[in-house]
Order: sequence, then structure tokens, then C-alpha cells
Amino acid sequence: MTMLEQIVTVGACVLGTMATRFLPFLLFGRGEKPPAVIRYLGDFLPGAVFALLIVYCLKDVSFLTGYHGAPELIAIAATTALHLAFRQMLISIFGGTALYMVLVQFVFP
Amino acid sequence: MAQNGWGAALRAAFPYTVPIFAGFWFLGLTYGIYMHSAGFSFVYPMLMSMAIFAGSMEFIATSLLLAPFDPLAALLLTLMVNGRHVFYGISMLERYKGLGWKKPFLIFWLCDETFSINYTANTPAGIDRGRFYFCVSILNYLYWVSGATLGGLFGGLLAFDTKGLSFAMTAMFVVIFLEQWKNDPEHRSMFLGFAVAVLALLAFGPQGFMIPAMVGILAGLLALRSRFTGGAA
Repeated sequence: MTMLEQIVTVGACVLGTMATRFLPFLLFGRGEKPPAVIRYLGDFLPGAVFALLIVYCLKDVSFLTGYHGAPELIAIAATTALHLAFRQMLISIFGGTALYMVLVQFVFP
Repeated sequence: MAQNGWGAALRAAFPYTVPIFAGFWFLGLTYGIYMHSAGFSFVYPMLMSMAIFAGSMEFIATSLLLAPFDPLAALLLTLMVNGRHVFYGISMLERYKGLGWKKPFLIFWLCDETFSINYTANTPAGIDRGRFYFCVSILNYLYWVSGATLGGLFGGLLAFDTKGLSFAMTAMFVVIFLEQWKNDPEHRSMFLGFAVAVLALLAFGPQGFMIPAMVGILAGLLALRSRFTGGAA
């Protein structure tokens, strides 16, 4: 990417983020109640989006060749187990990432 | 109270933000180190954390910078990833009402963690509400930006191999996903998200699947609305 393309890309992320933060105050600032469909999406969209983002993170992993995604699957299982055990975001992320780094550097190089 | 109102607000706000400090420095440093290992100068994590101020989006933005140029996909992806902010905003409409010049800053700084404090914390007696919100928000902002900048600056000094560090992004989404699990007792939206994402990945490949997947998820959620809400929509 050129510098200009980088600026446009980051600018798109800034614009999108600011839209999500400022829109409710611009649209509903006078006390109107948000439409039911918006509240419905508020309840159900995040779960689907984070499922999509996990797939996004794994999009370049090849599950049919090489290690069949073993380091990713093991580290995700460990992250999940840590989070269910301790419910501490930092422990889960740190533990899962550290394990993944060991796996890709030493076990599945 | 009028004279040292800001000092008192800062002292009241700080304890609420200590856990966020730990979390933001850890994730912010990781983000800065990740950008450094991806070949970017510390200026990138510094400016991106200042301008975007949405942690998960900054990790994704890094991978967008490494992918072919596609600003429309970047914008759509940001709207989907950060769509949850809309609901934070709706929840904060009343609390942030009438706060004058502070209000645009409070809205700009309304990340997950700041929302969770300002939405739930009761402003201590004698403390100006707007100043309390402002102090919580700016502290969290400074934690994040400083962590990301330091990570970018000192990422090169690390004595260990950073290969695999990018998994921090995956782990972060797994954790947020698990936290979302409880919001939908039957987890149908999550299965929908997974199914649509995997199908789109198989059909369109890793470079082009995000937009079809996002469209598919929105369409699926809207089509299944009466089923998901038990007809009580």
C-alpha cells in the first residue's frame, strides 16, 4: 500500500468507528425511542459478529494440509478453558497467546 | 468543591479505572508490539490508537494495512465490528445529556470499558457527574494510547521471538465471544454467525468473504427476527 492508501484505510476505520459512536446521539438525541429492529440487532448482532471475527482471524489457516490448524485449535481451546475457569480477560488472552507462541515456535515449527 | 472540582473528580474516577489500566497496557503494548513486528513504525500504533480508539478494530486495521487496498470493505467491517457502540450510545443518551463541551469528548471516548464504568458506576456524592465521566474517559484513553505507543517504540527491544503474537487478536475475540454467549441464551445468533462466515469463506475465499458474510449475517438476523425473539418483536 502507498502512504495515501494507508491513510485512506485508517481513515475508513476512524470514520466507521466515529459513526457508530456519534450516530445514536445525533439520531435519538431528542428523546425518541430507537426502533425495535435496532434494539433487536443490539441484542443479537454482537454474538454473530464476534463469531465472524474468529473466522476472520483463522481465514488463512489451512485445515486440510500441514498441521491441520492444530496450534490454532489447541490455543483456542486453552483460551476458552482459561476463561471459563478464571473469567479474567487478561489471563485468558495472555495464556492463550503464550501457548500459541510456544506451539508455533517449538512444537509445530 | 467548586475550586478543586476537577481534582476531586479525578480522585473519584481513578480507582474505577485501575483494572482498565492493567488491561489496556497489556493489550495496548501487545498491539504496539504486533504493529512493530508487522513492520510499522511506532507512529502507526500511536496515531491509530489516538484516532480510532477501538482496540479490536486497531488489531483488524493492522491486518487491513497488510492486505490489498479496499477502503469500502474497511468501512463496512468497522461498522459491523463497532456496531455495538450504537447501543452504548443509546444507553448513555440520558447520562450524557446537557454536559456541554465535554459531551463530544465523552462520545468519542465511549469504548467498551469506559461504557461499562460510566454506565454502572454511581458518581460519588459531591462529585460533578460530567467531570467524573470525563475523568474516567480520558484516563482510559491515555492508558490505551500510551500502551500502544510504548509497544510500538520498544517492541524492537524484546529479547524473545514474537512469532505467533498475532494470536492475541484471536484470543481477544474468543474471550469477547464467550462473554457474548450469555446475552443470547440459546446462542442462535452465534451459530448463525459461524455458519454464514464459514460458508462465505468456502465460497469466496479468504480475500473476499467478509462483505458477503456481513451481508449474510444481517439478512439472516432480520429474516429470523420473529423466531429469535419468540414472536415478541
